[in-house]
Parts: sequence; structure tokens; C-alpha cells
Amino acid sequence: MRNTIFSLAGISIFLGMLIFSCQPNVSIETAQYAVNGQKLYTTHCQSCHGSKGEGLGMLYPPLTDTTYLQQNREKLACIVKNGMTGPVEIGGKTFEGDMPGNPQLTNVDIAYILTYITTTFGNSTETYTQEDVKSSLENCL
Amino acid sequence: MKLNLKTYLSAFALSATFFACSGTSEKKLPIIGERETEERIVDGKTMVDTIYHQIPAFTFINQDSVEITDKNFDNKVYVANFFFTHCPSICPTMQRNLLKVYEKYKGDERVAFLSHSIDFKYDSPSVLKSYAQKLGVTNEQWQFVTGNKKDIYGIADKYLVYTKEDENAPGGYDHQSYLVLVDPQKRIRGAYDGTNDEQVAQLFDDLTILLKEQ
Repeated sequence: MRNTIFSLAGISIFLGMLIFSCQPNVSIETAQYAVNGQKLYTTHCQSCHGSKGEGLGMLYPPLTDTTYLQQNREKLACIVKNGMTGPVEIGGKTFEGDMPGNPQLTNVDIAYILTYITTTFGNSTETYTQEDVKSSLENCL
Repeated sequence: MKLNLKTYLSAFALSATFFACSGTSEKKLPIIGERETEERIVDGKTMVDTIYHQIPAFTFINQDSVEITDKNFDNKVYVANFFFTHCPSICPTMQRNLLKVYEKYKGDERVAFLSHSIDFKYDSPSVLKSYAQKLGVTNEQWQFVTGNKKDIYGIADKYLVYTKEDENAPGGYDHQSYLVLVDPQKRIRGAYDGTNDEQVAQLFDDLTILLKEQ
């Protein structure tokens, strides 16, 4: 009897741990944005920046510098849409060269892509919303 | 217990069959391209030779403004491809994958790499040099070459890779992302889509097979 109680308690603790560990730390909306963003990332970004955001040598910077992503969060939409001219310091290394823009992408596309990048390669748990994209694009340099 | 001759014989026959099988199953790569036959008379008998498609002699300028010819690849297995430095579409993936092969064989003198730029207007030796350094190529095993339009596009045909100047293509040039495996006799032994992970894995396998052949 006592053994049964112990094992029951053990099983319920184990189950509880399983359930909590499975709970996502992002909202359903964020997860949906990231899934849509992954497809667009594959098409528009992956060739240079890599499937894991690892970049390529000193040619194309990685997208895994969480500090850069945080500090430049409001500039990210401008970079995706209009491209960028180096030099830029990422992860302690200076990258030179130009990134072409993607003017054909809509605001919602950019929101999907940036949600994917900032939550998958960065440590953000927030959606990069269409409003974020809109306000970012209004303040591009 | 008495083991008779029959037992020994059958054991021998079995193992012989086994070894014969493993011997013949060793894989050989095909020789790709059109082939012709040539007849010649030896000791009054007519012999037929097969003439395989080969990469012809070439001369290009590399990232150090040094002339690179087919002689640089004599007695080597090499992988050739076509790209351009500001290619926005398939090239980065293709070069990322070829870099993995380069890193595996770095320092192995039996293997070389040859990237041809199809952007003869922009990709001067100094642009290629900077590109090679940033990609992480640090020795002469991987050459980046440029040349005049006729020579580069002409040699692409010989590697059976499609290349074309096309203002509608991303970056202004249209080309295929094949990594072409060439043996020491300058014959094409394989072509792998440099943007397809499975085919790149096949290149790794086939390169090992081709090196065993030498």
C-alpha cells in the first residue's frame, strides 16, 4: 500500500514536470509569427546568413548576437527592407560590405521574419509586431 | 570428429564466393560526358579506344593576379564551380558547402578547388582576394579565377554547367550551382548541386571513392 502511494506520487511529479517543461515560453501568436517567418527566412535570408543564423566566415555576419539584436531592435526592420552598408560590429568582429535590401517584403512579412530571427537566434520571447515594423520604417536613417 | 575433404572444400568455396562478391562490389564513379571511339591499328589488328570528354587546357588569372592553368591541377582531383562575389541567391549556400569540403581536405595535396567568377566586369583579382580571405580560405589549394567572358563561359560549357549573363536574374547573372568533380585525367566524374545537402553529402562520399581509385 505504502509502495503504491510512493510510486503514485513519483509518477505524478514526473508527469507534472513533463507538462511544465513542454509549456512554451512564448505566446501562441509569437510562435505562429515565427513559423511563418521561418519560411520567409529560408527564401530571403538563409543563403547568406545560414540555416542556423551562423553567417559565413567574414563575408556575412551571424544573426546570433543577442546583444546586437536587443540594442538595435528598432532598426532591424530598416535593415531587412533597405539593406545595410558596413562596417558593422557583430559578436566582436567587424564586417564590411553591403547587404542588399528586400524592398518587395511587406510589413507583415518583415514582422514574421524578425519574430523568427529574434526568438530563434536571439533570446527574445516577444512578437516583433507589424506596428513595430511600421514605426521602425518611419524612422529609418 | 573427422573433418573430411568435402567440408574443407565447401568452406573454402563459401569464403571464396564471399571475397569475390566484396571485391566486385567496390563502387566506381561513372565518367560523365559524351564519348567517342577512335580506331587504331596495332600489330595489324584494329583496336578501338574510347575517348572520354575532358576539360581542355585553360589559362585564367587568380586572386593573386597570377596565371593559373590546367597544369596546376595535374595529378589532382579537383572540384570546380561557377559563382560571383556579390551573388545574392545560390552562391553563398554553394560556397558554404564547398568550404566544408575544403576544410576536410585542407593540406591534402591530392585535392584542389577551383571557383570561376562569371562576373568578369566586377570581380577583379583584388575583389576575389578579399572574398577568399573573408570566406576563410587561407592557402593555395582553393583558387578563385577570372578571365575574359568568352573563356569563362566557354569553360563552363566544358564542365557542363549552364552560365549566362541575364539582367533579369538576381545579381545580373544566371548560373547553375553544380560542384563538378574532376579526376586527374581531367574527366568529369560527378556533379552535385551545391545548394542541396544530400547531394553535398554524396560529394563527400564520392570524393573518397575517387581518391581510392588513384
